Amino acid sequence: MRSIEGAVIEFKQLDLLANGNTALHRLDARAKVLATLFFILAVVSFDRYALAPLFPFFLYPVVLASAGNLPLRFIAARIGVVIPFAVLVGLFNPLFDRGILLQLGPFPISGGMVSFASIIVRAVLTVGAAVCLLGLTGFVAVCQALERLGAPRAFTVQLLFLYRYIFVLAEEASRVSRARTLRSFGRQGLGLASFGPLVGHLLVRTWLRAERIHMAMLARGFRGEFHTRQVSRFGGLELAYLLIWSALFLLLRFAAPGQWLGGFLLEFFP
Amino acid sequence: MSHHIVEVKQLRHVYPDSTVALAEVSFRIHHGESVAIIGANGAGKSTLLLHLNGYLAPTSGEIRIGDFPLTRQTLPEIRRTVGMVFQDPDDQLFMPTVFDDVAFGPLNLGFTQEQAGERVREVLAQVGAVHLLDKPPYHLSGGEKKRVAIATVLSMSPDILVMDEPTSGLDPFSRRQLIGLLRDFQHTRIFTSHDLDMVLELCERTIVLHQGAVRADGPTGEIFRDEALLAECRLEKPLSMQGCLLCGRKQ
Repeated sequence: MRSIEGAVIEFKQLDLLANGNTALHRLDARAKVLATLFFILAVVSFDRYALAPLFPFFLYPVVLASAGNLPLRFIAARIGVVIPFAVLVGLFNPLFDRGILLQLGPFPISGGMVSFASIIVRAVLTVGAAVCLLGLTGFVAVCQALERLGAPRAFTVQLLFLYRYIFVLAEEASRVSRARTLRSFGRQGLGLASFGPLVGHLLVRTWLRAERIHMAMLARGFRGEFHTRQVSRFGGLELAYLLIWSALFLLLRFAAPGQWLGGFLLEFFP
Repeated sequence: MSHHIVEVKQLRHVYPDSTVALAEVSFRIHHGESVAIIGANGAGKSTLLLHLNGYLAPTSGEIRIGDFPLTRQTLPEIRRTVGMVFQDPDDQLFMPTVFDDVAFGPLNLGFTQEQAGERVREVLAQVGAVHLLDKPPYHLSGGEKKRVAIATVLSMSPDILVMDEPTSGLDPFSRRQLIGLLRDFQHTRIFTSHDLDMVLELCERTIVLHQGAVRADGPTGEIFRDEALLAECRLEKPLSMQGCLLCGRKQ
């Protein structure tokens, strides 16, 4: 199993990537958030058996990653973390849906297998796009963009706090779990019996810390309102970026240019 | 100016589980004084500090900061006057970047974005942390976090600085740096600490708490020479007053 510390380090890496200075990094976060949102909507709105029309959508994460200098291996690794969950979601499709949908040479392909593959491809696409968005923008800027796009303030503030203290909590959790491991000598360390109080301890500590943070906020004049820096603005460049991508997604979604292109080629080069 | 005076009169605090944290504490700290509050674990230091900016309300007794008694109405003004630096900087740095964190107080006080930005640069320069401006707090080292935490409080131009264990968890170099920084402040300063050598260097006056009451209050040098008193309050002489550790010779 991956350690908690390892996960935190990877998360921090993603955060550091957002400090890059490419044209994509400099773009107002709202344009990137909206484009990614449209992308995800387009991808998930396909029919459950859609597989081929999904592939042109790989253009989006690939362009983002290459134009934004994001290391592909790193992104692939992040996607890899989520894939097991997608597999779990689609696991039973091939078992329940056995109707033959198409014949690939001698192999019959059932509807369940197609929809299973479709789920995996969609997971790769959406998670890939989300990781690219975070790597290009940073979590904080994404939250601020959400807020400026009209998300409730309470929600974005919660997200920001979650993000700030997930590191602290993870460090605390890893310290506690290390202490447990060191005294359980390779065995289960009382198993669930010790796991309960351990989680309880973490909860209480989190509670106490929340109280101290609240104290620190009150001490600095907090009256329920958050002021953050808003530097970037939504200009022509952002509008163009958003329009071009959304037009492309609409095209890929409704005009199925893959089939159209295939038909076109077959007509001229039979 | 009488603004910088801290007066605590017969302060008593009993927690809801009926633990008496402060039995009866009285003292008066004047403008520009640098005072240490020392005592064993559980002597009531933290509880006392939490009263100074109104986070805890006294069970009985009174606190006056400057000309105002501490009441619900004066609370906002008093929280600006008394800058509180917590022991664990992770509790104090809750915003996404150092800039946002230091600007948090000024923006709450009604500064414009430009004024706040200016103030942020000013106080970060004062604590030597301008280069950390855009960093998120979780990427900082312990010493850096501490200095930024102090900047978050300085940015509100407090008249009185209250610090809980300022040197805890710092390496010797960062500790030395911090002591240098604190020595240069003109504010009224109140520290709690177990780092008695720091107390000896920074504070001319020391208040010893013992079991929720003031056991002694006087010049730091005198208090640290009173070995009976120190032993009774579960304290000991600062290392620098203990004579040479290698040859055993007394100073």
